[in-house]
Amino acid sequence: MNVREVFDRLGLSVIVTGDLTREVKGCYISDLLSDVMANAREGDIWITLQTHPNIVAVATLKNIAAIIITNNRSPEEETVRKASKEGVSIAATSLTTFDLSGRLYQMLRC
Amino acid sequence: MKIKRIAEILDAEVILGQDSLDTEIETVCSSDLMSDLLHFSTRHKSLLITGLTNSQVVRTADIADIKAIVFVLNKRPDKDTVALAKEKNIALLVSPLSRFTACGKLYSEGLRSCVDENR
Amino acid sequence: MKTDEFRTKIEGSFHLVGGDFTKAGAASSELKSILTNLGISQDIVRRAAIATFEGEMNVIIHAIAGVMYYQVSHDLIKVVFEDMGPGIPDINKAMEEGYSTAPDWVREMGWGAGMGLPNMKKNADELRIDSVVGEGTTVEILIRIK
Repeated sequence: MNVREVFDRLGLSVIVTGDLTREVKGCYISDLLSDVMANAREGDIWITLQTHPNIVAVATLKNIAAIIITNNRSPEEETVRKASKEGVSIAATSLTTFDLSGRLYQMLRC
Repeated sequence: MKIKRIAEILDAEVILGQDSLDTEIETVCSSDLMSDLLHFSTRHKSLLITGLTNSQVVRTADIADIKAIVFVLNKRPDKDTVALAKEKNIALLVSPLSRFTACGKLYSEGLRSCVDENR
Repeated sequence: MKTDEFRTKIEGSFHLVGGDFTKAGAASSELKSILTNLGISQDIVRRAAIATFEGEMNVIIHAIAGVMYYQVSHDLIKVVFEDMGPGIPDINKAMEEGYSTAPDWVREMGWGAGMGLPNMKKNADELRIDSVVGEGTTVEILIRIK
């Protein structure tokens, strides 16, 4: 499954369009940057509540497939700017982290 | 769903709260950001899934009326955190699963988020 | 002890040390216990606990030091935070959800999501903020007990 399919099937609003054809290898959930740096893997979709620009740097460094921001949060302007520049896809949802993860889990399993 | 059953599904070790395993959990919060937990309405009995193991997680859980905390990826709380949880009567579990898998499994078993009634 | 039984005010204070996350939340936790023991309804205790907690965390995250005063009468809970800190240059901005001036290391501990003041406003009946940049901030929360 690629990023576009995940975004479409979950009905997410896409805020920054990076490479949506990237294959989604897994999913990592964390709101702590040091934790993502240590444990996330290349090709993961990263689910978080964090909206500040540092998330783009982390996503680029770890070669993350896309970021999904939950709980109706919106990324800061600077975050959107940086993500557009770096080609990092960002989508948002009004679902909570738990509910979104649950649905993504069920999607990736089948 | 009882804490006992949640521990089974998450392959979790119960490090505190062995006597509250029959407590019913109705909703789940998953967050590493403390303020976020305070948003959720916990009129329903809640469980928190997190990777953060410091004692403030317990303090926040206490303020938010959360009944149990599951630490993922085998992250173990330090003894100050455990002592505080004991004082506040909050169960602590450690699961080897990732936050994604832990959420996924509980969601598949029918549990849902704490609903924010204030939004 | 029921709330309609006590005539006198119950009051107290806590010293808050900036940057001391080990004690963070202790003051609010204790106030929560006090309110619960007074027999105040769970809903009001919860709102007071959340608003107080956020206020306490704001002092610890941003200020050098501060004091939290509380006063509980039969119909009102009042909590005041006075700190020596940077002050708030733009209070309106500070009230925006998600706006945060917390440093990165604080975010790594799970704080600084920018929900503090908005959470306080949501849970209090009245919120008053006075601030002088370079000196400090005073925040007052009022919650009515019905």
